[in-house]
Amino acid sequence: MRPEQQVIEMVVLVSVGRHPITGRARRSDQDARGLELALGLEQQLPGSWISLLHAGPRSEASESALRGYLGMAAGAGMASGADQGLQSLMLLEQPEGADAISALAEHLAEAMPQLVITGTRAERGEGSGLLPYALAERLGWPLVNGLAAVEKVENGMATLLQALPRGQRRRLQVRLPAIISVDAAAPAARQSAFGPARRGKLEATPVAAELDQELTEWQMTPARKRPKRLKIIKAASARDRFKAAAAKAEGGSGQVLEGVSSEQGADAIFTLLNEEGVLRR
Amino acid sequence: MSEMCRRDPRREWIARNRLHPEHSSVLATLGSIGGEAASEWPGPNGVLRRNPHGMGFIGPNGIKRIDRSGAQQGGQVPGRGRQAALATRRRVEIPEPAFLVVVVPERVGGRLSSHDKDLLGLARRLADADPERPGAVLAVVFGEHKEERLGEAGIDRLLHLRDDAYNGFAPEPRLAALTAVERELAPRHWLLPDSPLGGADLGRRLAVRLGERPATGVWQIEADVEAPLGWRCTTRGAAESLDIRRPLPRVALALAECAEPVDETRHAAEPLALAIEPPVTLSRIEDLGQVAVDPAGVALAEAEFILSAGNGVKDWEGFHHAARVLGATEGASRVAVDDGYMARDRQVGASGTWVTARVYLAVGISGAIQHLQGIQSCDKVVAINLDPGCDMIKRADLAVIGEAAEILAALVAKVEQQRGGQRDAA
Repeated sequence: MRPEQQVIEMVVLVSVGRHPITGRARRSDQDARGLELALGLEQQLPGSWISLLHAGPRSEASESALRGYLGMAAGAGMASGADQGLQSLMLLEQPEGADAISALAEHLAEAMPQLVITGTRAERGEGSGLLPYALAERLGWPLVNGLAAVEKVENGMATLLQALPRGQRRRLQVRLPAIISVDAAAPAARQSAFGPARRGKLEATPVAAELDQELTEWQMTPARKRPKRLKIIKAASARDRFKAAAAKAEGGSGQVLEGVSSEQGADAIFTLLNEEGVLRR
Repeated sequence: MSEMCRRDPRREWIARNRLHPEHSSVLATLGSIGGEAASEWPGPNGVLRRNPHGMGFIGPNGIKRIDRSGAQQGGQVPGRGRQAALATRRRVEIPEPAFLVVVVPERVGGRLSSHDKDLLGLARRLADADPERPGAVLAVVFGEHKEERLGEAGIDRLLHLRDDAYNGFAPEPRLAALTAVERELAPRHWLLPDSPLGGADLGRRLAVRLGERPATGVWQIEADVEAPLGWRCTTRGAAESLDIRRPLPRVALALAECAEPVDETRHAAEPLALAIEPPVTLSRIEDLGQVAVDPAGVALAEAEFILSAGNGVKDWEGFHHAARVLGATEGASRVAVDDGYMARDRQVGASGTWVTARVYLAVGISGAIQHLQGIQSCDKVVAINLDPGCDMIKRADLAVIGEAAEILAALVAKVEQQRGGQRDAA
């Protein structure tokens, strides 16, 4: 009674990243994690398709960065012989500063993949992290952010593991087609092999570009350090100021249970833990 | 009860009568209570004794005053200073706001986080810019909330949506509710926290739905008459490497410490309801609940619930068992680590890890200052200790004085009993 082996079509949206120290173009960390997730899913569901999609200008620096993604497919995909999609990267060629959303949305609406995987934020430009949301709204697909793993895909439903802060995980079920975005909680990307990266093809298609007018009007400067918040003590008298400066541990606010049995003490702690909701059911 | 002034006429009479045999002792006891007569009295050998601490009174600013003219007034009741500090918050009511600033706080564990309070401070700056025509800050709160001091955080109006559909990961119902707010109240500004706890996600969804281009990662705003809304903002872009200065749009997602939290005024936090209930949408994303993760695998710095052991723990097997049952990450004080009972990476405090847990359960830790520094940002601290005078008890929100092993065992039994009961019911 095993269901028929599922085959799904995935599109990984990739961007040109920026090395945090040298500032050189590289494969973006989150997008590479997204591709890693897709490659892992392809091993789970043999015969699935992965295609890479990028919208932006074509230059020497960006090309070498984009080829970094092609170099990631060398191991797993080739062994199973199912990496037809990964030998090439679809490049929607646009001039610098053009709006990528409409071009990507049109392409995706035509290609109709079941799963679109993106990083959370770009490492260049505005980097607002809006792209997956805008695409989801445009295409009318559900979106899940901060993904850690895809557990299974069955009958048009995907079971996902979403990463929450503090190392927690949440299981979600979403109807396909869907857009999922990954951040630092997703599995780390594998190395990129040089040979396959050189051999891979970049299929460039020029698309209509619409210049992002608003972006050009903004002032952009290298980030300066944010001022550290000072501890401001508003006290009317010197005595209060001294007390605030010399305060060690504020006392008197807590409840102290003294001379109670261990049962009663445990009861009070148990109630507090339940109120805070830290005890797992 | 203790504030009531009780007089003992006989003692007063003795205090007046210098020749009474109990005169000096009565004066001394009156002095320790704070009576005005006790600053000097004749000693047993006829020498005048003075108690300089008994002199004077506490003035209105909390400073001790000594009036040598003899017209001394009575002392002040202790504890009045605290009430005075609370009363200094100016009460602000905005009956007819010129516009609305909507804040959607994310509220960790039902309480406003410090990020939320910063955001509310930013909202107040936007709302109070023009004192002639002040705006009101509306907070939209989903699900249960435990915060009692909403008004002191700067909230004028409160929209509390309690429906079960908003619990867990429910971006679509929440988005529907916020769209209903937009339709009905048409606020001028939307402010959300740009944090991974959910504010960043919901804010972007909202902006896209409203067709606005939001400012994300806002960390500074300043007034600017040329901008459409009268404000400019500075945001972080391109993986924290760029500062972008742009006019403030209607929807803004702000970083922590974007403004000072409200600390001078108290607002009404008046409940508000929508005339039309937001429609219940069928969600395409189903939340199957949180997954149990191995608490030992969670980094100490970001663990939510820490069970920490110190010198007072003798039964280590029981401690590890308790951590497993409670589902808590294990921490330790320096002594426990130095003695080899716990690994070095579990040390909490100045030379170990600065933890950010929501609940910190300290077992047998007396609370050295280095340790207390490490738990500064913890929300609730629970202490189990034998010594009622130690510093950890002063810091703790709940302290139980007793033998650690027994209390932990009782707690474990309680948790296991609760879980067992639920399993039977299910």
